[in-house]
Amino acid sequence: MKKIILDSIDKSQHRGLNFRNLLYNNEARAFFFQAVTFLIVIALFYSAIGNLFENIEQRGIQTGFSFLKNRAGFDILPFLGNYVVDYTPESPNLSVFYVGLINTLVVAFFGIILSTVIGLLIGIARLSNNYLISKLAGGYIELFRNIPVLLQILFWYNLFINAFPHPKQSFSFFDIAFLNQRGLYMPKPIPEEGFIFVALSLLIGIIAAYFIKKFYKKKHELTGIHTSTWSYTTALVLGLPLIVYLILGSPLQFDLAVLGKFNLKGGMTIVPEFLALAFALSVYTATYIAEAIRSGIEAVDKGQKEAAAAIGLSPVQSLKLIVLPQALRVAIPPTINQYLNLTKNSSLATVIGYPELMSSFGGTVLNQVGQAVEILGMAMLVYLVISLVISLLLNYVNKKMAIQGR
Amino acid sequence: MSVFDQQATRKPPISQIGAVLWLKTNLFSSWVNTGLTAASLYLLYLIFPPLLDWMFFNASFSFGTINFFGFEIKFSEEMATNKNCGRVGACWPYIYEKLYMYTYGFYPRTETWRPNTVFALTALLFVIIPLVKNYKYKNRVILSLIIFYPIVSFVLISGGFGVLTVVETHLWGGLLLTLVIASVGIIVSFPIGVLLALGRQSELRIIKLFSTIFIEFVRAVPLITILFMASFVLPLFLEPGNNSIDKLLRALIGIALFQAAYFAEVIRGGLQAIPRGQYEAADAIGLSYFQKNALIVLPQALKISIPNIVGSSISLFKDTTLVLIIGLMDMLAMVGLTTADPYWLGRETEGYVFVTIVMWVMLYSMSRYSKKLELRFNTENQN
Repeated sequence: MKKIILDSIDKSQHRGLNFRNLLYNNEARAFFFQAVTFLIVIALFYSAIGNLFENIEQRGIQTGFSFLKNRAGFDILPFLGNYVVDYTPESPNLSVFYVGLINTLVVAFFGIILSTVIGLLIGIARLSNNYLISKLAGGYIELFRNIPVLLQILFWYNLFINAFPHPKQSFSFFDIAFLNQRGLYMPKPIPEEGFIFVALSLLIGIIAAYFIKKFYKKKHELTGIHTSTWSYTTALVLGLPLIVYLILGSPLQFDLAVLGKFNLKGGMTIVPEFLALAFALSVYTATYIAEAIRSGIEAVDKGQKEAAAAIGLSPVQSLKLIVLPQALRVAIPPTINQYLNLTKNSSLATVIGYPELMSSFGGTVLNQVGQAVEILGMAMLVYLVISLVISLLLNYVNKKMAIQGR
Repeated sequence: MSVFDQQATRKPPISQIGAVLWLKTNLFSSWVNTGLTAASLYLLYLIFPPLLDWMFFNASFSFGTINFFGFEIKFSEEMATNKNCGRVGACWPYIYEKLYMYTYGFYPRTETWRPNTVFALTALLFVIIPLVKNYKYKNRVILSLIIFYPIVSFVLISGGFGVLTVVETHLWGGLLLTLVIASVGIIVSFPIGVLLALGRQSELRIIKLFSTIFIEFVRAVPLITILFMASFVLPLFLEPGNNSIDKLLRALIGIALFQAAYFAEVIRGGLQAIPRGQYEAADAIGLSYFQKNALIVLPQALKISIPNIVGSSISLFKDTTLVLIIGLMDMLAMVGLTTADPYWLGRETEGYVFVTIVMWVMLYSMSRYSKKLELRFNTENQN
């Protein structure tokens, strides 16, 4: 508004275009500066791209994405990505990309779950009125927050490899799961014919439980009559699949790991690289989540709890209905940001050789092919998409959680 | 007629005073709490005795004879070897022997005084800045320190000036390299961050667009992809045959650009917190864009964002460890390097624990400092 007035005064006083007028005209200046910046950026890009092509030609590096079809020719540490993509050294480089992507998502998924659990526990423990628990939680936060996450990954991996027992002396959990320096051995589920029905019934159970819950919530809102639904929902979610499972004659068998002469055989192995990485990332990220949870709970006004007690809510009801909904509004956005950080930090796996995106595709393939621009471009694009998805989620949550004015 | 005679007050019950009360309210207030206390004590019992055994009681401290500023301190007849250290406890003689590597990397042993001087200067800087707080020309003093300290440090460490021989960057390592990367990263990225923040807040659309794209892009990708970019792709962007840009410089460019985006967001937060009236008042008294920002807006915005700037610098300090992935020999990389020495095979754990302790002490004191700053600025806002 101000600018328009000034400009109109300007224009009315000096009709005609003189240089001085132009020099002190806001719009002219703005145009000039933007044009200069634009030209500088374009010139930089132009010269950089020009140099890039010249350099690539000189060094004999290929261009384009045809390398994705070429044979990869190297082994990847056997983990989930390999099985999903069915990777062999004969597979093309594009498969390596998929393997890396899947492994990144897998470690991010488990890391997010584990860090949330640890973070919640520590965050609540930090506020406990038990002196020892609260101080231990504080010590945990101060200790692990102030150690670089890369150092933690290396440390746990080194501990895993060097301090855990040989396969012969594995830690055994009732002979079902074994932990040793080669990883965690778990029973491998082998679905047989008909297992699909069990999975389907689980899905149906969950959907039915959701609608029952919704129905009784509506009833509660309309009539004020509260019905406890947890017995129905547990029956639907757990009981229904169990019944189907038993009727079909247990269509899911487990292949247990058995101690052979030198090593454990059979079962499902979770490699130490994954365990060390997921553990280190979760332990580190949990310190931030714990702080977010704590500040969320502390942000709830004391009067809220007192009011809840005054209208006769039990401590559990007060926590569930009054404190947590308000605390989560503060705690969830920074927590989601930490999920993004965890996903980005998973790229540090390259130091211990867990085959995620940056170590298998951005590392080994890059070394073999040398097409840094294309390969790093693809890797960065993946992280860009992940962070875009997480920010969309964050916006959605923020919108949903915003205090609704009435 | 009965007379009221005052009786001596009874002592409070033992359970209501002193240590007993404290224990009761803080540790054993309910059955659940008692259980939690027992569980935490058990946890402490699981962690600390083995840890202390490993670090101290079973550890080897046979350093031989140490010359400490002219005092001869005799720990043992001879320095322990990897073998007679054993495997049950830590082998601290390994750290003692490799301390030079952990501190200076491959920096020539005859030139150690140069990094030492820089370390001393750095320490002095932290002493001087609080001292001149109330001095009349404090802004000038601090500004000149901020300008001259990096130059002096750089000349001292890299040499090539007068009597100082050139020390190639690939010889730099250990804590020295960590500090160089962190301080250069912070000093270089700060002005870029300010410009980017102003750019993102600018009314000029193209400048705003470029700044926003840069900031959002850099913040979306992990640092390691940017370091890889800097180390593999950046040389390709330069004129063919130009090999002047060495590995450390490439890493520094990557880190500075990365950190600039984070600083920009922190400073933008400060800029947004400045009341609109300040901008309008600056416009009203006819200040130019540059004057408005340099004299009115930035001093206030930066002051508000100081705690977050320190916090962001702490993150950068943690992130410096990533340079080991592109082959720079920082303190963390020294663990792998020194345990590859056939004489000290298999001492990674000692190395990691040592680096952890050093890093933790530095980072913890920095985070304490930032907490203190936050508190100070908070109270100033309240008044």
